[in-house]
Amino acid sequence: MDKLLLNLMEEVSDLHGVPSGAYNIRANGEGADRKTTANIDIVTKTDKPGIDIIIKPGTKNESVHIPALITKTGVMDLVYNDFYIGEDADVLIVAGCGIHNSGDQKSEHDGIHRFFVGKNAKMRYVEKHIGTGDGTGENIINPVTEIYAEEGSYCELETVQLKGVDSTKRESKAVLKDGATLIIKEKILTHGKQYAETAFEVDLDGEGSSANLISRSVAKDKSKQLFLSKINGNAKCAGHSECDAIIMDDATVSAIPEISANNIEASLIHEAAIGKIAGEQLIKLMTLGLTEAEAEEHIINGFLK
Amino acid sequence: MLELKNICYSADEKNIINDISLTIEDSKFVVITGPNGGGKSTLAKIIAGIIKPQSGQILLNGEDITELGITERARKGISFAFQQPVRFKGITVRDLISLAAGEELSFGKVCEYLAEVGLCAKDYVNREVNASLSGGELKRIEIAMINARKTQVSIFDEPEAGIDLWSFKNLINVFEKMHSEINGSIIIISHQERILDIADEIVVLSKGQIAAKGKKADILPELLGSASPACKFFSKED
Repeated sequence: MDKLLLNLMEEVSDLHGVPSGAYNIRANGEGADRKTTANIDIVTKTDKPGIDIIIKPGTKNESVHIPALITKTGVMDLVYNDFYIGEDADVLIVAGCGIHNSGDQKSEHDGIHRFFVGKNAKMRYVEKHIGTGDGTGENIINPVTEIYAEEGSYCELETVQLKGVDSTKRESKAVLKDGATLIIKEKILTHGKQYAETAFEVDLDGEGSSANLISRSVAKDKSKQLFLSKINGNAKCAGHSECDAIIMDDATVSAIPEISANNIEASLIHEAAIGKIAGEQLIKLMTLGLTEAEAEEHIINGFLK
Repeated sequence: MLELKNICYSADEKNIINDISLTIEDSKFVVITGPNGGGKSTLAKIIAGIIKPQSGQILLNGEDITELGITERARKGISFAFQQPVRFKGITVRDLISLAAGEELSFGKVCEYLAEVGLCAKDYVNREVNASLSGGELKRIEIAMINARKTQVSIFDEPEAGIDLWSFKNLINVFEKMHSEINGSIIIISHQERILDIADEIVVLSKGQIAAKGKKADILPELLGSASPACKFFSKED
């Protein structure tokens, strides 16, 4: 891999070289490097672009890194990745997509990820999206995530997009069985004329299942954000979604929550708050000696931390 | 030395601060008291630069700081503890105290500041300063921040509000210690007798004017002897 790719990989997955454990590195629409372990297999799909990641039941404390990197202009990369997480496994999956586009054509990565999470398995998924490069071509990332959570499983997803992605539309769907838990934490910062759309749809089908969807975002300049979340409580379950946005300059943010209780025992909550940085927050930090701009930066960094 | 000269401030056609002149000597412990709506908090905000007076002058060590903003005054050595502390999502207690100190503090150092205000440090250092903290907890963190700044002038707006009785004694100790260690002037807005009791000087503010000021020994007995607090002073101007 060249230096540009390595730099980009470091940005999306905090890796300084090849990771330990299993990994699959995708560069400019092609597989660049791969390593499997005794418990984690990675197989190239034969019917469409993408891979199957198969984690054996009972695998503990292992990780899989699957960064997808684009350093060329005019690349349209569509990939289907399926994760099969065996019963009782406990794994960390680090995804992430970086586009460095110095040209004048748009580059796009659309990752369609499906997770089949086995009984009592535990998965933590971390995903970072980033765009760099000084070209006029747009950086576009449209991820689709589907989660099928079996009984007693636990899934925690952390997604972050903090700069350089001109347009993103992220769709996440999940179906939870008895006692399954889903936690999604999303952080987005948009600036310039960027657009970001998030759509969650969760079906709480199992008794004792629960979902907590937390989105924190900052919209600067003339950027636009749309937050859609839908939780269907179809059993005795608990669902909570929260959209918290800071709006600045001429940006716009819309939050459209929907919660549907289809069972008398379903307990669902939605919270949404959009507003500018509170004046008293700025004043407080200024009384500590920070300038207004420094205060603003601290507030945003803390909010998205 | 902090000097206020002929400060006037009005809002909505109401005089809030009416020609106040006041000198606060270095290392003096001054308590500003008086009835609600008398202009105490406004005066504190004027000193901190949060509110701009329509006329008058503010000098710090002889330098005119009237036109300086909040940040510049903070950097010149003025600290202000809010009556109602602000909450921040995602910013931790450690972040705030480090910002106040002007450097990244070690876990141990943050612990020291928190312990002084009666908070068990390990439970608080990495807590977010958000809605999960009670009003009393926030007040103590606010005081810890001022303590970490160690500036020439420290202003506290009703620091005792929301602090329980048990902690009150400790709060007094905190101010006394701060006073002796920092050797700067401390200005506290308060109605509490026990805070008044540790003052070098007391200023009684009513209807935007100074109704009385002087040494504690001269002012406090009058305040406490009145049927209603400070009524003797307030009646002067009526």
